[in-house]
Amino acid sequence: MTAPVISAAAAPARSRSRSWRPAAGHVFVSGYVVLLVAFGIVPTVYALNLAFTDSGGRFAGLDNFVRTAQDYRFLAAVGHVGTYLVLWLVMLAVLVLVLALLVHRLTAAWSRATLRFVYYVPGALAGASSVLLWLFMLDPSVSPVDGIVRALWGSTFVAVVAPGHLPWIFTVIAFWTGAGGWIVVMYGALNGIPHEIIEAARVDGAGPVRTALRVQLPMLRKWIVYMLILSLAAGTQLFVEPQLISQASFGVVGTDYSLNQLAYLYAFDQNDFNGSAAIAIDLLVVAVCCAGFFVAKGGLFDAD
Amino acid sequence: MRRRSQALLAALVLSAVAACGPPPGPARTATTATNSQAGSPYGFAPAPQKDGKLVVWVDSTRLDAAKAYQAAHPDVQLDIVTYDGNANGSGTLKTKVQLFNRAGEGWPDVVFTTDNNTASWASQGDDAFVAPLSKGLVDQATLDGFAKGALDVCTVGGVVYCLRNDLAQVVLWYDKKLFDEFGYTVPKTWEEYQALAGKVAAEHPGYLVGTAGDAWAPEIYMWGAQCPANQVTGAKAITVKATDPACVRAARMIDKLVANKTMSMLPLFGPDFAKNQGDKVLMLPGPAWYGGAVFQGALKTPKGRLAVGDALHWADQNPPVTGNVGGGTWWLSRHTARLDAAKDFLTWVATADAYQVDKSPGYPAYASAAAKWIAKQQDSGYYAGDIAAPITAAAGQVWPGWGSPEFSQESIWAKTVIPGQTAGKTVESLLPEWQTAIERQAQVFGYQVAR
Repeated sequence: MTAPVISAAAAPARSRSRSWRPAAGHVFVSGYVVLLVAFGIVPTVYALNLAFTDSGGRFAGLDNFVRTAQDYRFLAAVGHVGTYLVLWLVMLAVLVLVLALLVHRLTAAWSRATLRFVYYVPGALAGASSVLLWLFMLDPSVSPVDGIVRALWGSTFVAVVAPGHLPWIFTVIAFWTGAGGWIVVMYGALNGIPHEIIEAARVDGAGPVRTALRVQLPMLRKWIVYMLILSLAAGTQLFVEPQLISQASFGVVGTDYSLNQLAYLYAFDQNDFNGSAAIAIDLLVVAVCCAGFFVAKGGLFDAD
Repeated sequence: MRRRSQALLAALVLSAVAACGPPPGPARTATTATNSQAGSPYGFAPAPQKDGKLVVWVDSTRLDAAKAYQAAHPDVQLDIVTYDGNANGSGTLKTKVQLFNRAGEGWPDVVFTTDNNTASWASQGDDAFVAPLSKGLVDQATLDGFAKGALDVCTVGGVVYCLRNDLAQVVLWYDKKLFDEFGYTVPKTWEEYQALAGKVAAEHPGYLVGTAGDAWAPEIYMWGAQCPANQVTGAKAITVKATDPACVRAARMIDKLVANKTMSMLPLFGPDFAKNQGDKVLMLPGPAWYGGAVFQGALKTPKGRLAVGDALHWADQNPPVTGNVGGGTWWLSRHTARLDAAKDFLTWVATADAYQVDKSPGYPAYASAAAKWIAKQQDSGYYAGDIAAPITAAAGQVWPGWGSPEFSQESIWAKTVIPGQTAGKTVESLLPEWQTAIERQAQVFGYQVAR
């Protein structure tokens, strides 16, 4: 190995190139930054302002937070969202990785391509429409898999959407619509692991399971953290699923099932935008803390 | 360490984007001044008047009303918007009005809704949306033309804020052909109804005498039993006695009939009911609109079979009373810039024969139209026997003790009692839970709750 020799003539050119890159980068990210400020930062600051003031615009300290936390629906909603998040994130991490590893181990190219396509297709169905589809899947009177639904949850739609079943139902819906894309992403990440490393593990006597646990999964750590952060952010904002199931069940599932629904009720049912903003800030704080924990533990932005 | 900080900052930004709060909007407008009653002949200060289209919001069923008005008034410029009409407590109107209040613009001139809670939330406070009608805007003669009690759901503090479109008094619908075949007598009281249900369970299992799987079950059975679970005593005061003996009596009846399987727990408009139990309905206590919407529409009951009996009452009720399920209402916005046109539209759709008699699917709340409408239904040949007498009589029997607060009693029952029943509990055992749920919901909306 010899160190590269930088000629005196090349130095000024490199210097010019350095001064160019940041400016080009700014142009590339400017659109994102504008949108981030308009639809992310400004609404957040506005919500903060609402959360710490009363309806007359006077500073209210933590009153809105205390008042909403004392609402009889608040802790129930926290419990609902928490249960759903634990179920969903665990199932997402385990099943996505297992399925991605299985697809990656398939030798026939056609079967890999077919499975990747099959996994991805459900994700192509956008949020609300996928929930509408699941409303039919879950109603035993019209479901094409009514035998499974009756065996698992009950013989009527109202029995199926009983409160104890909902975290599982939301997990199934979220997994069905979101996991396929992540399997494809993880499959791509597995392809990025140098073949020599896998070959070395095999030569050292590691089987498929040990290779997955000791080599592949640690090397996918950042991707897993990335998946968990985005899924956590989406999961804390649970809204469409319970809202549509509430409509379909003629109100048997309340419109205050999740925290986002509760915030919505505060704003539009009780005309209390300050309380609504306080709940939104609660969600923001929890999401930031959890995301920070995942980033710190997962080393998402550590350089290799 | 620096990288770790950058990572946390990035996570903060990511999460801020993902978990952003409510959308920005302009500060609350000073509607207090607009709503001032000073110097107004109508009890509110109208907005500056100007020309333009009259914006009316209707549900799909009431689209015919707007079209009929347009046909009768071709010179009026209408902007007809179809929305869900707050069906099933969706709260669309409330949501939109909250947004319009913050924006300071966008309110429709006239709105139709099917929920009975609008007067409570839309008539009070600085951001009041609906205009008072009984303070000079609508003639007293017109208001007096509505059936007794019809405008109760429109009235807060003695002021009328809406015109009722149709009544929804509970009567007893029954299959005359089956009754004749089985040799049964139509019951007059809830006691006779229970006894007949017992006979049906033993002699003709599978046939139904009622349903309790919908959110409006309390409005049929509890309201009709004079259960004092929902007595609105003031603009922000309510008395809740859900474990009163009157409620217990109705609850026991429901439990008994659910247990012997003569009362269905399936939602009436769900796909299961029409498919599996639609042809098993022997009788059904329900509102006046069941005739068209349920029997003719969902269940496709053949012509000549459906009859109406007197509204059921408990033997010791004097005078006899009945419940009520829904019934639509027309509202006028106090922000309208076309007040005369809005008033004309409102009074016409609520009273004119050209809509109420000729096209309305429900029993008109306007008394003179109601008489013509029921005669027309009778003459249609669809019904068996006299339907006019029992439906007309029931219109004046709706118990006035069941109020219309800001929150929906239907959604509380749906969320509290139906899941419990589905899990095998009795309604009687769920009454304390129902009491607590009503109390809590009332407190959320700032009501003083008395037991």
